[in-house]
Amino acid sequence: MTTNYAASAAALSRSRAHVKAAGLGAGASTIWRITRLALRHPFKVGIALGSTVVAAILQLSIPQLLGMAVDQTQTILAADNAAGVAEAALLTTALILLAVSIGRGLFTMTQNYFAEAVGHHTGYELRLACYEKIQRLSFSFHDAVHSGDLITVVMLDLEGVRMFFSTGLVRLVLLTMLIGIGAYLLLSTDMVLGLTALSFVPFVAWRSPLTHLRLRATWLDLQEKLGILTKVMEENLGGIRVVRAFAAQAFEMTKFDKASRAALALAHDRVGIRVRNTSAMTLSFFISMGLVLWIGGGKVLADEITVGTLASFLTFMTILQMPVRQLGMLVNAFARASTCGTRIFTLLDIDPAVKDGPDAKELAVGDGTLRFDDVSFAYPANPELGVIRNVNFEARRGQTIGIVGPPGSGKSTIAHLIPRFYDVTGGRITLDGQDVRDVSLQSLRRAVAVVQQDSFLFTTSIENNIAYGDPWAHNPRIERASEFAQLHNYVLGLPQGYGTVVGERGVSLSGGQRQRMSIARTLMLKPAVMVFDDSTAAIDAGTEQRIRSAMTEFAKDRVTIIIAHRLSSLMHADEILFLENGEVVERGTHTELIESGGRYKALYDLQFRDEDQNDGGAA
Amino acid sequence: MAEELEAERHDVREDGRRPPRAVVGSHRIEEEMFGRAFDGKVIRRIRVFVAPYRAKLALAVAAVLLFTATQLVIPLIIRYAIDNGMAGGVADQGPLTLAVIAFAIAILFNFAASLVQETVVGRVAENVLFDIRRAMFSHLQRVSLSFMDKTEVGRLMSRLQGDVNSMQEFLETSVISVGDVVLLFGIVAAMLYLDVRLGLLTLAVLPVLFLVRIVWLPRARAAFMAAHESNSVANGALAEAIHGVRAVQSMDRQDVNFALFDDKASANLRAHLTAAKYAQVMVPIVDTLTGIAMAIVVVVGGSMVLGGGLDVGVMVAFLFYIQRFFDPIRSLTMQYSVMQRAMASGQRLIAVLDVEVAVKDKPDALTLPADMDGSVEFRNVTFGYDPKHPVLKNVSFTVRPGETVAVVGPTGSGKSSAMALVHRFYDVQDGAVLVGGHDVRDLTQQSLGEEIAMVLQEPFLFTGTVRENIRYNKADATDDAIEEAARAVGAHDFIMALPQGYDTELGERGGSLSLGQRQLLSFARALVADAKILVLDEATASIDSYTERQIQKALATVLEGRTGLVIAHRLATIRGADRIMVLREGELIESGNHEELMRAEGLYASLYTLNFSSFDDIPEGHFATSQSDGAGSRS
Repeated sequence: MTTNYAASAAALSRSRAHVKAAGLGAGASTIWRITRLALRHPFKVGIALGSTVVAAILQLSIPQLLGMAVDQTQTILAADNAAGVAEAALLTTALILLAVSIGRGLFTMTQNYFAEAVGHHTGYELRLACYEKIQRLSFSFHDAVHSGDLITVVMLDLEGVRMFFSTGLVRLVLLTMLIGIGAYLLLSTDMVLGLTALSFVPFVAWRSPLTHLRLRATWLDLQEKLGILTKVMEENLGGIRVVRAFAAQAFEMTKFDKASRAALALAHDRVGIRVRNTSAMTLSFFISMGLVLWIGGGKVLADEITVGTLASFLTFMTILQMPVRQLGMLVNAFARASTCGTRIFTLLDIDPAVKDGPDAKELAVGDGTLRFDDVSFAYPANPELGVIRNVNFEARRGQTIGIVGPPGSGKSTIAHLIPRFYDVTGGRITLDGQDVRDVSLQSLRRAVAVVQQDSFLFTTSIENNIAYGDPWAHNPRIERASEFAQLHNYVLGLPQGYGTVVGERGVSLSGGQRQRMSIARTLMLKPAVMVFDDSTAAIDAGTEQRIRSAMTEFAKDRVTIIIAHRLSSLMHADEILFLENGEVVERGTHTELIESGGRYKALYDLQFRDEDQNDGGAA
Repeated sequence: MAEELEAERHDVREDGRRPPRAVVGSHRIEEEMFGRAFDGKVIRRIRVFVAPYRAKLALAVAAVLLFTATQLVIPLIIRYAIDNGMAGGVADQGPLTLAVIAFAIAILFNFAASLVQETVVGRVAENVLFDIRRAMFSHLQRVSLSFMDKTEVGRLMSRLQGDVNSMQEFLETSVISVGDVVLLFGIVAAMLYLDVRLGLLTLAVLPVLFLVRIVWLPRARAAFMAAHESNSVANGALAEAIHGVRAVQSMDRQDVNFALFDDKASANLRAHLTAAKYAQVMVPIVDTLTGIAMAIVVVVGGSMVLGGGLDVGVMVAFLFYIQRFFDPIRSLTMQYSVMQRAMASGQRLIAVLDVEVAVKDKPDALTLPADMDGSVEFRNVTFGYDPKHPVLKNVSFTVRPGETVAVVGPTGSGKSSAMALVHRFYDVQDGAVLVGGHDVRDLTQQSLGEEIAMVLQEPFLFTGTVRENIRYNKADATDDAIEEAARAVGAHDFIMALPQGYDTELGERGGSLSLGQRQLLSFARALVADAKILVLDEATASIDSYTERQIQKALATVLEGRTGLVIAHRLATIRGADRIMVLREGELIESGNHEELMRAEGLYASLYTLNFSSFDDIPEGHFATSQSDGAGSRS
């Protein structure tokens, strides 16, 4: 099982190179896939599209009605008819006009609402799918993909896809209807005048999408520039003590100004691009309008058309102006949906490297014997480099295994392989004779608990954090776990006790307190195998000693694995493995290893020499 | 009490199962989004930033007015052409030609005005945005560190970005508002000018629209804000799932979390659908009012034309104006929200700009000479972040040039504050801190900073290459000097093992390096700074024994020939110092070398014999009893 996530990581990042590389063909299939998502709500889609068509027709009939009204005043005037008849005709036109206006409003509302509703429902479904996917993707994926990239995917890209139905598809239908029917009506009324009135359309239809695409490209550039500026500011504020300590304020201002100027220059450019184009488009529209006035006026003079027709042409133009300008937004919506959609679907299509086999059984825990049979592992990104090689050991219930070795020797890897955060690339790991790959992930992870090196705390109360793995636990259990982890007294001293909120936006805890919390929440899981992955490094030796003695009872009926670089943490283990470059180079009890005088002994001397010397000195 | 709360919170549900003791994401307390629509204080302060662009803005306003005028005049030209050229049996080429020429002129002005207006407004707004941000950022470089300590970086960033952006938006829209107001009044005036009676009748729908919007706006805004907030709730939960994914998986919480997230995502969906209803309900209302106005023009205006009381061109012009006159009202009511948001942001910006700069150079501040002796003296120093609770009480000591002093004491004893005073991060309440024989308050902060290098407990690196990080602001440090420093602290080997050696880009905050390696780089950086005095806060985090040994060596190198003040946690460092000073509750209680202090059998001796790996992480209970227990328990 070697899934390389480097390609996914690149696809999910927002690097400009990647955005540019995404071709048009991929775009079309992405658009089609988004459309299919929308079609999962056929009723709403139907109402939205139906309303769009009706709204467009009603919208286009307004200029006709207005022209008719103008003509009614003219022809009747010319015929010098009885005033009553003329006024009745005008009243009819007015009532139709009113009804059409109200109808247009109602259908536009329905169209917009249902289009948005389809978008929001699609967004909701995508959000859930992303959430679930992120929860299930294995560690190797999360190692490869920057969390910031992932967050932008599920926030910004999801928005881009969600908006597509209303800003892309529905608008496409609306614009096609408006421009198509509008052009037909104009041209069928008067070919020459119709062509004149539509003469601005090709220019704008070409210019507007081009501008939007350029604005989009420069927008991405600007985001990149602003990203640099953000980084400069964030680092400055986060490292303000370093800045002050080195009297580097002037230096930092230079950095800021450089980043700021680059972004400002680009922002100015963008204003220029936008303004030049909107102005040019408006001008082209007005030129057409002027031509209609000129040619149409001539035609009225020559009695070829009525004043009402001229008026309706001019009104038509005001109605057509908006949709034609919106062609740019339409193109933009398609471009955005295709890049955003590509990233979202990349995420959703990734297969977790570690997942249940087709016939995964529940793990049956009996004696609770853990065995490593010739286990090897290499990271997918670097399959040549074995992180651990041919590791063998066995631990029975009640036993403790200690693992020690220099940084990078593969200690943590062993911790990660047991609950299948990664899958072994050679050999096998068994629990009571069952290969961990043959049992369901859920049952495995309930049986194997790892106290991780960096303990992530959730922004919620201390009790919720401790009960994270068992949210239905009763209070006494939570407090007992907390007592075992030597946390209880500290918690009672807090103003809100167990209700105190910790984590990102809560009370900040010291490294040692975080690790104690992490131990407490792992104790809640009642696992058959408990792994401490260098998780007491920030806890002082005295407290660690007390945690260990409190846990003696707890450790009796489970396997305990302790990974540490502080030897006092694991000297009591039943077997100690000394790992170097991924291989077990020494093994035995503490006494045996000291006697054999190898690397373990050397490390022991390094750590304890200080104190021994001191004992001599102080005496 | 706790039990009661518990019972309340975990009420049994109908299905007999208790709800889980679980949440996903945390609710962020949103800041006030809207302020008063107009806040004189905010406007006055912001005006300072707009002042440099006054001339440009005046030009923009003129362009806006011209732009609006051309928009108003076009229906009038059409009306002229119809009434004088073609209506009522008249057929005259003259007025039509005139009208077309007038039209051409009008659209040229329109083009020029829109170009000028939008370019100038857009760019000035960008400039003001960047200026305000720069002013704030530069101010933050000088404000007291106690403010920076109290304030989250995220909060400041939202000032520097979100709040500044809403001021930009405000500036842009306020110029455009001028155009809207003028357009609205222009249309009203044009209609009344063309025909008072028809004008008044048609305009009767305007107050209705105003009333409807006034009723609608607060409700709609509440719905929009609820939708906005539910977004950040759902996104917060998503972000948590991403950051905490390893914890989630190892505790097998996926199913519970998914159910909880579904609740939040559904709430988000409902909030958005409600907001969409509010947004869309205005559409038929506006369209109905437009329809009524058009019907009035057709019936009343048409009858007037029939009766000869009105030219048909006027009727056409009216129909044109009606198409336009709801736009400015819509955008004006939108701008009301923009203004309210800007005022709320403005107040927060001002709050940052007004943070006091506590530590300032005196007008006649001296430059600390580079050849000063490097001594440090505390003379009866009393200091507290809150003057009522001093963290240092009447502390006096002298550190001789070249001496290394280890400062030890339990958490809260005032060690870090004392070190911060050497650098004059804060000013003392009483007494004086002297560096090289000068009171630090008489020196320029710049020159003081150049002579004191600091290594902080948490090694902080910047984005950039290894080389840039070691050089930092010492612009004149050569590449050789940098390499030499790296060798001296034992960082050279691991740097050379990086993909591009010294030119390797470090990840965010040096994330690609181990803690020990970052530590070594920060030593090298201090070495390159080449200061007479080194203040060092030793890292408490436990590092593996191999790296630890290297750091000890590096420390010795860095301290060579310098005056060293070290907040020490490790026994090796403490014993290696020339002198140890023990602080407790803000008082200097013991001073001397290791042997002397052990003989004295005071606090140091008792802490030492307790055999804690660090003097910082001593449980409270131990510390209290340690004094009565006395020393020698280990002998």
